[in-house]
Amino acid sequence: MAQARFNEVLTLDREVPEYKSKDFASDQDVRWCPGCGDYTILKQVQNAMPELGIPREQIAFISGIGCSSRFPYYMDTFGMHSIHGRAPAIASGLKVTRPELNVWVITGDGDSLSIGGNHFIHVMRRNLDLNILLFNNEIYGLTKGQYSPTTKEGFVSKSTPMGSVDHPFNPLAVALGADATFVSRAMDRDPKHLNSIILRANQHKGTSLVEIYQNCVVFNDGVFEAYTDKATRPREALYVEHGKPLVFGENDSKGIRLNGLKPEIVDLGEGGVSLDDLWIHDEKDLTKATILARFFDRPSEHVHFPRAFGVLYCVDRPCYEDGVNAQVAHAVSKKSKTLDDLLTGDETWVIK
Amino acid sequence: MRLQSQPMSEVTIRFAGDSGDGMQLTGSQFTNTTALMGNDLSTFPDFPAEIRAPAGTVAGVSAFQIHFGSNPIFTPGDEADVLVAMNAAALKANLTNLKNGGLIIANTAGFDKKNLSLAKYDVNPLEDNSLAGHQVIKFDVSKLTSESLKESGLTPKDIDRAKNMFVLGVLYWLYSRPLEPSVQFIEKKFGKKAPEIAAANIKVLNDGYTFGEATEIFTSRFEVKQASIEAGTYRNITGNEATVLGLVAAAEKSGIPLFYGSYPITPASDILHGLAKHKQFNVRTFQAEDEIAAIATTIGAAFGGSLAVTGSSGPGIALKGEAIGLAIMLELPLVVVNVQRGGPSTGLPTKTEQSDLMQAVYGRNGEAPMVVVAAKSPADCFDTAYEACRIALEHMIPVMFLSDGYLGNGSEPWLFPKEADLQSITAKYEPSREEDAEPFKPYRRDAKLARPWAIPGTKGLEHRIGGIEKQNETGNISYDPANHEFMVKLRAEKRDRVADYIPMQDIDNGKDHGKLLFLTWGSTYGSVKTAVHEARLEGYDVSHAHLRYLSPFPKNLEYILKGFDKVVIPELNNGQLVKMIRDQFLIPAEGFNKIKGMPFTVSEVKQKIYELLNK
Repeated sequence: MAQARFNEVLTLDREVPEYKSKDFASDQDVRWCPGCGDYTILKQVQNAMPELGIPREQIAFISGIGCSSRFPYYMDTFGMHSIHGRAPAIASGLKVTRPELNVWVITGDGDSLSIGGNHFIHVMRRNLDLNILLFNNEIYGLTKGQYSPTTKEGFVSKSTPMGSVDHPFNPLAVALGADATFVSRAMDRDPKHLNSIILRANQHKGTSLVEIYQNCVVFNDGVFEAYTDKATRPREALYVEHGKPLVFGENDSKGIRLNGLKPEIVDLGEGGVSLDDLWIHDEKDLTKATILARFFDRPSEHVHFPRAFGVLYCVDRPCYEDGVNAQVAHAVSKKSKTLDDLLTGDETWVIK
Repeated sequence: MRLQSQPMSEVTIRFAGDSGDGMQLTGSQFTNTTALMGNDLSTFPDFPAEIRAPAGTVAGVSAFQIHFGSNPIFTPGDEADVLVAMNAAALKANLTNLKNGGLIIANTAGFDKKNLSLAKYDVNPLEDNSLAGHQVIKFDVSKLTSESLKESGLTPKDIDRAKNMFVLGVLYWLYSRPLEPSVQFIEKKFGKKAPEIAAANIKVLNDGYTFGEATEIFTSRFEVKQASIEAGTYRNITGNEATVLGLVAAAEKSGIPLFYGSYPITPASDILHGLAKHKQFNVRTFQAEDEIAAIATTIGAAFGGSLAVTGSSGPGIALKGEAIGLAIMLELPLVVVNVQRGGPSTGLPTKTEQSDLMQAVYGRNGEAPMVVVAAKSPADCFDTAYEACRIALEHMIPVMFLSDGYLGNGSEPWLFPKEADLQSITAKYEPSREEDAEPFKPYRRDAKLARPWAIPGTKGLEHRIGGIEKQNETGNISYDPANHEFMVKLRAEKRDRVADYIPMQDIDNGKDHGKLLFLTWGSTYGSVKTAVHEARLEGYDVSHAHLRYLSPFPKNLEYILKGFDKVVIPELNNGQLVKMIRDQFLIPAEGFNKIKGMPFTVSEVKQKIYELLNK
């Protein structure tokens, strides 16, 4: 039967080799621009791989189109470089039919939020157990410098010589709106943190979204400098951890307090408030995650909040592929018909 | 009075009424009983495009046509011998489908003032002598039904719903059919849930039959003897059902699990519904967010080792075009089902057309060759869908399977096969490799030019594939100009080489050379088959060949075509196969086209034969 044909070749139960990071590098030359943030991300993914404890051939990387989407060619795993925006759907088909595989989607801001916006929201709604690494550089790099759906208003690009009048997406707010079960943000210039978020994403059962701020040295250099520059990072980047208070600033001098549903920036220490008064990060609280994801540049807001990094939201919800495969397994276990029964149908007649 | 039954060789009946009158059920019950009587038959439902158009209007009319006989039957019939009109709108919408002198059975309750006004009749056509060219039999079906059920205790609404059974009973009497099969059907359908409804429907059915017998309004009664068709066990099947079974059978025979990714679209949705019911055969269905996701999930499933199929109609196929190109580059097995409908754009969603042939063969960016096959009849959808899967799996290539709305919704008796008699399908996955083996080459090829199917989870086969041009064998990205030309020609040769593994073209009817050949593809088969058969009996030198394989063509097709003085290609489009034939074989083939959302009638084809041969 069908399952048996898979078993003729699959080696799912084999012992997991002692891998090193380099075992996950393919023999292909990496062809991103010198200094591109993609190099760090590739390195951190390759560093994370040996820790997954999964044989290489059970891992698949599926990408769409764009600079980031060359990624699968550089990984010595199964990989597919597909067409623009469709990686989440291709990965869904693979995961539904082969739930035992470890599947990753590599995408960019144009790929996932513009041409592939529909698949991006639906994969999170269905909650397939996939890891999506969204390389956000707020620009179209491969087509040489048009504004993207995450580019800030007013940005001058080749297609917006007088400045963009297009309102950008807030990717994490989109994900929460689509009922994603794992929503996180990291950046290329903090590799250690990025590595830890990649591993957390892999641990989560369900669709894990990791938005990664990635610097495009050619067309949008320095767009995330406020978060990546050592001088400004403390006051602009808010690292969140489950169960810990929201603290940021030089020498952790500032915190976020919730006044009802309204966040406020407060000073800590003498004359200020104590850690006990601060907002304690709770990954399972959708309302709080939504407020946190909304710490985002909006001209209408007068207060400037730091941008959150880390796991903003993480909850358990049944995975689509488990539902499908449970129904199939149930039907197969109750199987009452042969193919001949099916071909015969309910009503027949004989011609002599 | 007992009327003597007159023998008839074939009859076409058209049941027409409001969408709520249950005409599809009436038609399918008449069909099943007729099939059980051993007649050959062909049916076609004619639905309104609107789900619930206002009751009583012409837009809300639903019809079902059945053509049955003691002769072999290949079409649902050109014009009806009998038109059942449950209301004025049904008469108005279907009168042109009735033969001159044909019989109209009219429900007078559907010709009251309100219904006449909704159907936009100023005068009642049953009373103004406008139907003088026809034979009209009218009675008040609604009143007779409520008389029949006055003791039943059912609500007036439920009583009114049973009126189609009265008509069915009358028709069973008129054509000397037994009531038993429909009685069993009603018991099975309502017996447990609503025994009072079952009893009521059975009573009305019987009373309808008795009414036919007792009343003196019928002057004749007919009998259609069993057809002399191939012996064996038959069932009735629609094209979409046959497609479902063909896909499941291919999965079972190959041992490769079936995945079907699809987005709802008329007239292909029934394939999704059908497959969703067959999970016990390890079938996974995926209702995608859009047409592109439908094929993208399919590509993912094929990458993972499934027999991956997506299905749609023309507009959806247009959206899938880029992804089909990807599958062609990836060289994965994939079946794309197109149940064609009238186009372009939204076109005529519930009407049939054969206008997506060029789209199937040529409709993608770049040089993107795929295999194209087409079914000729509802039951043939089984064999053609099965064959599409066989070619996809054995040749590691995407295959387009063309059906259409006429085949998908139409039905005919099917001499269904046994599993053991189905052609075997040889599909295999690449086995695992040890660490020290030579590097795996994902685009290494066999004699068919097929590459290995290397699925994730198999040790030593890690590899990357993608839509960018690649080097042969290694699959590595290559922008080398000579390599691109080589690969384009290689992919074309791979498609063309399928011709070495398909049957030679045969002549369906007539000599293999002569004055005139009708060359058909798809659902025009039935009308042309019948017309050529009849014309040959009348002494005309005309032959008929029918193509299942449209890309590549069978290897001997050129030889066959060049044996005729004239080749005519009837198509429900503005001339598509005719262009491909002229292009490939440089012969002056002529088109014969109809683009009305309706199949050719037999008489249209016969007129064409007369016109061509009586010159």
